[in-house]
Amino acid sequence: MTKENPRKDWMGTLAKAPAEALAALWQQAGLAPDFQWLRRPEIGAVMVQGRTGATGAPFCLGEMTVTRASVRLASGEVGHAVVQGRDRAKAEQAALADALLQSDAAETVKRDIIAPLAAGWAKTKTERAAKAAATKVDFFTMVRGED
Amino acid sequence: MYVAVKGGEKAIDNAHAWLAEERRGDLNVAELSLEQIREQLALAVNRVMAEGSLYDPDLAALAIKQARGDLIEAIFLIRAYRTTLPRFGRSEPLETGEMACDRRISATFKDAPGGQVLGPTFDYTHRLLDFKLAADGAPVEVPQAAPRQEATPHITEFLNKEGLIEEQPASDAPAPDLTREPLETPAERPLRLQSLTRGDEGFVLGMAYSTQRGYARNHAFVGELRIGKVAVEMELPELGFAVEIGEVELTECETVNQFKGSKTEPAQFTRGYGLVFGQSERKAIAMALVDRALRWKELGEDNVGAPAQDEEFVLYHSDNIQATGFLEHIKLPHYVDFQSEIELVRKLRAEAGARKEATQ
Repeated sequence: MTKENPRKDWMGTLAKAPAEALAALWQQAGLAPDFQWLRRPEIGAVMVQGRTGATGAPFCLGEMTVTRASVRLASGEVGHAVVQGRDRAKAEQAALADALLQSDAAETVKRDIIAPLAAGWAKTKTERAAKAAATKVDFFTMVRGED
Repeated sequence: MYVAVKGGEKAIDNAHAWLAEERRGDLNVAELSLEQIREQLALAVNRVMAEGSLYDPDLAALAIKQARGDLIEAIFLIRAYRTTLPRFGRSEPLETGEMACDRRISATFKDAPGGQVLGPTFDYTHRLLDFKLAADGAPVEVPQAAPRQEATPHITEFLNKEGLIEEQPASDAPAPDLTREPLETPAERPLRLQSLTRGDEGFVLGMAYSTQRGYARNHAFVGELRIGKVAVEMELPELGFAVEIGEVELTECETVNQFKGSKTEPAQFTRGYGLVFGQSERKAIAMALVDRALRWKELGEDNVGAPAQDEEFVLYHSDNIQATGFLEHIKLPHYVDFQSEIELVRKLRAEAGARKEATQ
């Protein structure tokens, strides 16, 4: 977690979350804040850039699909989302969560949505890293010679 | 000359109906779901994303189903779809050094920090058909070990320390984009890399292989090959800072190439680079070899006239959608063109006949 910018962290967690996981947590949390659209969910593309030789000049690698949305809560907080994939509900929930995390409901949203999503993501990551670690080669040298 | 011809609508409709039936196949066999394609034909999905130049596994799975498994047709569908999407912006350049590596190997440094991690590879399989897969596959118990916590460093960093390999100085020069401006040669390296990463795997492979066989040989070692997920960040103007908007799986290959030095460059190792969406290591290695071959001019090497050194040849023929579009259009009606050809041949024959008669 970056201490300086918690919003960057939670927006990343929301963007990377599987749409079904976010939808399920959103349902469970029973959140239905009053809001108005600043930007209705819209599907589009972002050009992903790499760097030549990993560290050099940027180049265009190819696009990825994203959905973006922006909302304003009745209490005034503005939430934004640009999330991977083509799921309008995910973008809506992520934008609302972003707004709520700046409101009085922040602790509830952190506990009921962000924390479980972050834990799920970390679990998947750790499992893959553990499987990768099991395929790490242990070299040994065959002893040659008279003895 | 083009002449409008009408007719054939009914035949076309009926052909499409039959196509749909053939696509479905035997109704006694269960229909494929997109999830099955995405999960179980993941490498086909990856190829369609890489050459379709759009990262979206669900769309790629749909395209494969619609195209009956013809991957170039599927890539065509994805290319057509992506033109309908509004462009929201560009990501920050990816930090592949932060990759969560499923696989990471080096052919040059046995004891590289982070080690040789094989990942879910076909290497070391015996390429014997596994008839167990013809039956239902039971879940496999996958061994696990203590996961690495820290990021795995790039291997070329170690050579950099001794100055033995050319630097790739960071730059923020805006990248050209061939989806916005038509590709023109001479092309800078970033434009060449964009063209190669979406290029046809078979074509790029063939070009790379030609360099190995001696047509502009560049003595490549795979310095590093890594596969895994990398976060994608984009700056949101509303916020004024970059946030993660998702994650993409990538294959990255850095080659280390022997280089004796030239008029302008000292003897050192030089580099080729491949970066491709998904798990696509054949393509990433091939891309790195072709990238290196195309760099002859900036490294002061001789142009030996090899196809892989000719950027116009490579870049203008690597796109399988352009290629198949032009190739396949010749099967469409050319009745009028051909009629004029027939008349020309008849005329030439008549003239030749008249000359023959006149000389007799």
